[in-house]
Amino acid sequence: MTASAAEQPWHAPGTTRRGTRTARVVVSAVLVSAAALAVLLVPPLFPLDQQAVDLTAKLSAPGADHLFGTDEVGRDVLLRSVYGLRVSLLVGLVAALVASGIGLAVGCAAGALGGRTDRVVMRLVDTFTAVPHLLMGIFIVAMFRPGVWPVVASVGLTHWVSTARIVRAEVLSLRARPFVDAAISGGASRLRVAARHLVPAVLPQAGLAAVLMVPHAIWHESALSFLGLGIPAHEASLGTMINGARGSLVTGEWWPTLFPGLFIVIPTLAIAGLAGAWRERINPRRRSELVL
Amino acid sequence: MTTLPWAAMARLAGRRLLAAVPVLALVTLGMFAVAAASPFDPVRRYIGDGGVGASQETLDALRENLEAGGTFVEQWWAWLRSAVTGDLGQSLALRQPVDQVIAERLGWSALLCAVAFVIAVLLGTTLGVFAARRPGSTFDRVVTSLSYTLQAAPPFWLALLAIWLFALRLDVLPAGGLTDAGSDVVTPGALLSHLVLPAGVLAVSQLPWFVLYVRQGVGDALHEDPVRGARARGLSERTVLVGHALRSGLLPVLTLIGTRIPELITGALLIETVFSWPGIASATVRAATATDFPLLAALTVLSALAVLAGNLLADLLYGLADPRVDHDEM
Repeated sequence: MTASAAEQPWHAPGTTRRGTRTARVVVSAVLVSAAALAVLLVPPLFPLDQQAVDLTAKLSAPGADHLFGTDEVGRDVLLRSVYGLRVSLLVGLVAALVASGIGLAVGCAAGALGGRTDRVVMRLVDTFTAVPHLLMGIFIVAMFRPGVWPVVASVGLTHWVSTARIVRAEVLSLRARPFVDAAISGGASRLRVAARHLVPAVLPQAGLAAVLMVPHAIWHESALSFLGLGIPAHEASLGTMINGARGSLVTGEWWPTLFPGLFIVIPTLAIAGLAGAWRERINPRRRSELVL
Repeated sequence: MTTLPWAAMARLAGRRLLAAVPVLALVTLGMFAVAAASPFDPVRRYIGDGGVGASQETLDALRENLEAGGTFVEQWWAWLRSAVTGDLGQSLALRQPVDQVIAERLGWSALLCAVAFVIAVLLGTTLGVFAARRPGSTFDRVVTSLSYTLQAAPPFWLALLAIWLFALRLDVLPAGGLTDAGSDVVTPGALLSHLVLPAGVLAVSQLPWFVLYVRQGVGDALHEDPVRGARARGLSERTVLVGHALRSGLLPVLTLIGTRIPELITGALLIETVFSWPGIASATVRAATATDFPLLAALTVLSALAVLAGNLLADLLYGLADPRVDHDEM
């Protein structure tokens, strides 16, 4: 861990950063596992009828019957939050996978082929960064009508740019390394150099970018759903729940708003905590510097 | 103060203007391609329920009028030609010309975003400097963890919690809109009290990036030779911190200002909607809900222009702040 100590050159003398860092990783891991277990186990054990309402129990405060209270039509906020988290995690994972896949392919192509391909791709990247991602997502969903798949498509198609940039930069720096020269002079074809030497070397970076993309995708899904442009309003998603709770917030009931939001914030922090630890552990650039 | 390198700055602006043309062309072409690939039909959208009994001839004539015929490239070209002359078409959702929608609403959005951005930059810089001064201190830890938490929190959720706290619980600020209900004229006092919550929430949602960047930048700079030299010369802590560490630590923040423009627009989209702020961003959401293509297209171009202008501004500032950087090489 000397490399990571060098990465953090300044912290107050006498404080042990490593201790708090380990604690953070453990807490993050526990929270991510808890979220994963909840979205996998709760739906089969506690089925949710998306249409069912119970007006006798509407807007009851958090208590023994309903741990997180009930919403404006008497639905349990905790159960719906778990279902909402399931939708969000599903959309987040699939969209992050799509975006990272596109980013990896585009970045490798631009970096490895260079020349005109690179210039065209970089112009395309400029275009995609010129429009705010949420606005682009809003546009795509508005044209294709709300639903899970338009949301996945809108997040996936807008978020590949950062991965493509990272991958391209990595590939460009790798191309100048001796082992690539050695492979080429050994008679390896372009495809072989790309598939055997470049892609495996950038995978850790691309994987890290993909993990960090998951909370980003969740954020986008909930924002689109909140605006009424994502998951259909009657279905439980964290964004639709917060949007639906706006009426009861005005009359003072805070719990239908607060808890779904916490279901966005806490998993995001936990995933980011794990990704940060991963970044410190396998920083490929640092490792390749040591090798050279 | 030496004179500014106006010529080099103008050359940079000119080059960026040239580079913006293909980007804007691609953005607009992309929008028409997406619309063409989608099940969206402008003619059906235009006539709505009235089209149920309409004959095929009427529909074809309307299609001709709306210039909705041909491939999406032809539609795009027709739209581009009239857009260059200032005709952006009719907004279907708001039932007025698109340029009129923009003229009425752009000012309110600019006011909201500018106030929020200034608060975020100033407050973020202050908090970042104090956090960097004693890394690992209680203050540093509180500020850093709060920043990470705010980074993870969706702005619309923060906005609703702020409404609950300040408008309902404490009852000190209005929950939304531009003026009090029942009042038609916008007075400066009412405007100010209605601006506090949306601008505050937008600022808070942008704050973490500035805090963390300044903290990192100043923290790194505190360990560099110029700062060590300043300390060795016996300069006061204040001079060292503000005059030396902050000056070099602020350089990455200038770049951040440019790259945060898209995020600022994203935040405004959500926060204007929550607070019923009559700006351009809430119009975008209404346009999207009503599949109002002419308005959406114009607003997307507008935000792309804002992003490109923000990048240019950041590069100009960077070139001015860092004497090692030449505007002609950007």
